[in-house]
Amino acid sequence: MAIAETIDVAEKSAGSDLFRQRVRSAWLFLTPMLVVLAVVAGWPLLRSIYFSFTNASLTNIEAAQWVGFDNYLSITTLKSGRVIYDGLLVDPLWWKSVWNTVRFSVVSVILETIIGMMVALVLNAEFRGRGIVRAAILVPWAIPTIVSAKMWAWMLNDQFGIINDILLHLGLISQKIAWTANPDTAMLAVLMVDIWKTTPFMALLILAGLQMIPGDIYEAAKIDGVHPVKVFFKVTLPLVRPALMVAIIFRMLDALRIFDLIYVLTANNAQTKTMSVFARENLFDFDKFAYGSAASTMLFLILTVITVVYIIVGKVNFEGGR
Amino acid sequence: MAGLLLRGIKKSYGTVKVLHGIDLDIKSGEFIVFVGPSGCGKSTLLRLIAGLEDITGGTLQIDGQVVNQLAPSKRGIAMVFQSYALYPHMTVYDNMAFGMKLAKGHDASEIDKRVRGAADILQITPYLDRLPKQLSGGQRQRVAIGRAIVRDPKVFLFDEPLSNLDAALRVQTRIEINKLHERMAGVTMIYVTHDQVEAMTLADRIVVLNAGRVEQVGAPMELYHRPDNLFVARFLGSPSMNTIPCTIVSGSPDASVQPDGCNKIAVAAVIPASAAGKRGTFGVRPEDLVLTEGSDAIFHGTIDIVEQLGEVTLIYVDVGTSEPIVAKIENEAVVAKGQKVSLTTEKRHLHVFDENGVAFPRS
Repeated sequence: MAIAETIDVAEKSAGSDLFRQRVRSAWLFLTPMLVVLAVVAGWPLLRSIYFSFTNASLTNIEAAQWVGFDNYLSITTLKSGRVIYDGLLVDPLWWKSVWNTVRFSVVSVILETIIGMMVALVLNAEFRGRGIVRAAILVPWAIPTIVSAKMWAWMLNDQFGIINDILLHLGLISQKIAWTANPDTAMLAVLMVDIWKTTPFMALLILAGLQMIPGDIYEAAKIDGVHPVKVFFKVTLPLVRPALMVAIIFRMLDALRIFDLIYVLTANNAQTKTMSVFARENLFDFDKFAYGSAASTMLFLILTVITVVYIIVGKVNFEGGR
Repeated sequence: MAGLLLRGIKKSYGTVKVLHGIDLDIKSGEFIVFVGPSGCGKSTLLRLIAGLEDITGGTLQIDGQVVNQLAPSKRGIAMVFQSYALYPHMTVYDNMAFGMKLAKGHDASEIDKRVRGAADILQITPYLDRLPKQLSGGQRQRVAIGRAIVRDPKVFLFDEPLSNLDAALRVQTRIEINKLHERMAGVTMIYVTHDQVEAMTLADRIVVLNAGRVEQVGAPMELYHRPDNLFVARFLGSPSMNTIPCTIVSGSPDASVQPDGCNKIAVAAVIPASAAGKRGTFGVRPEDLVLTEGSDAIFHGTIDIVEQLGEVTLIYVDVGTSEPIVAKIENEAVVAKGQKVSLTTEKRHLHVFDENGVAFPRS
């Protein structure tokens, strides 16, 4: 009995020693990452949240005074009894930017998903030169956004752009269109370039998911005599769904904070101004640093809410297990 | 009720020829096993019959109808895959009902009846609401078989269905497949395996394939006792038949051969007198050899290795040939490594093959 107890105690302490050692090495590996995250993400985030509650201006950040929620919403009652609402939450320009962003994100992500799925299905088939096509399709994604945005800006140029030239020669349009300046076409131009650029990313993420599906299932479906379209909706789509959901949220988060493409392609166009562009304008162009910080904080909150809702509603599984 | 007729079936991938013209008549209700080493083309042949691969040359008839250009689902076949190929996101019930649900012309009650009937046969009724990942390998295999039964096929195709199961389960499932064959009399079954035990126990007739050609077709015991050639002789039986290059000394009626490194041995094979003096191969199965003290011994040598398997003991005897002779002997026999022994057998157990590996008939 005594011996058994001794062994028991020895085992326990050995076990917990090993456990403590594992915890220690886990922290050792995690610490550098956590420090970097805190410095490059945590600190700036906290700073901008802090500034959104002050009256900081770009020229005099240090002298910022705490003003509470005034940047978001301030209610002033005049002597005459009139109540004046002010701040981000009642700024029509801000809500216009939010609407622009959401509209842009939803449309672009839906189209990218559909086109990306089609491209992935094609790339998943066996054909000669598949490796080269797979590499080639990544080119738009590999080009830096600024470069591709400039490239498209030239192609979409109202006077010298090749797109106007082609459409004119084909007789599809009767006069040149100022794609990026015209309020009717600006959003269209931005969407087109964004879809061109990010569909490859979507396609590759979906392709990775497709390749996880064992091929013999399709042979079983063939023997069952199931129509290929039904196979897609009843077999492929449910099985690729986990990968698809992760791909969509990656793209959605990216799209909701889009800045560079719009800044280069259609700067100052009210039809395409997004939350990020709005925040930048106020932060640096209009010298309303605190107001811009409030917009940034709202952007962060909106993104967080959308992500959390998406993960819960879509039952997204990041574990990769089925 | 469907027989199959294969005439000159060829298959090539680009310039690589996999099957070189297979001719085969399979009768309705027969249990046929394709057996052969990896890469012999047995699975390819099954996939050609299923319609999962295109036939390069020749004709394939099922039930008297040429089906070369017919889609798999129109051929009246069902297939059980090696990896089960179950739809991972569907319950057992849906896996079995999927094909019927999407094919037109079946009402829900009929589908339900067939699925439950198949589940009953295979004793998987308690698992109908589970997903494949919640089942063991053996249960998944039953679901795969159940899905095939639901299709009510004329021809049942099995592609190495037991190779992912552990040894005990393999034996059990093998017996169940045998029972299934009895229950579904009239349904032709074609079964691919590399396991000769499965082939011997299940088949009405075995088709031995090698390098894209049929080596021999016949009932299991016929192939075992009267192999047409060296390949079939060595492929069936475990351990393999002992084969020794030999010189044919004399033809029938007093036929005898001299295996290299051994004494002259009288054989019962029918060897034409013209073959005398030519080279050939002499063969004897390990299970036919017995230890002897007498003067009838055909091999004398020293035991190299002793392998005790419980019910039998394998001894590897160095008799002066390049490969040791393997003998399967009763377990009571007390033998030890290094011991000098003599082995004998009855004349009727000896095989002789000509210089091309073709067997001389045994009288």
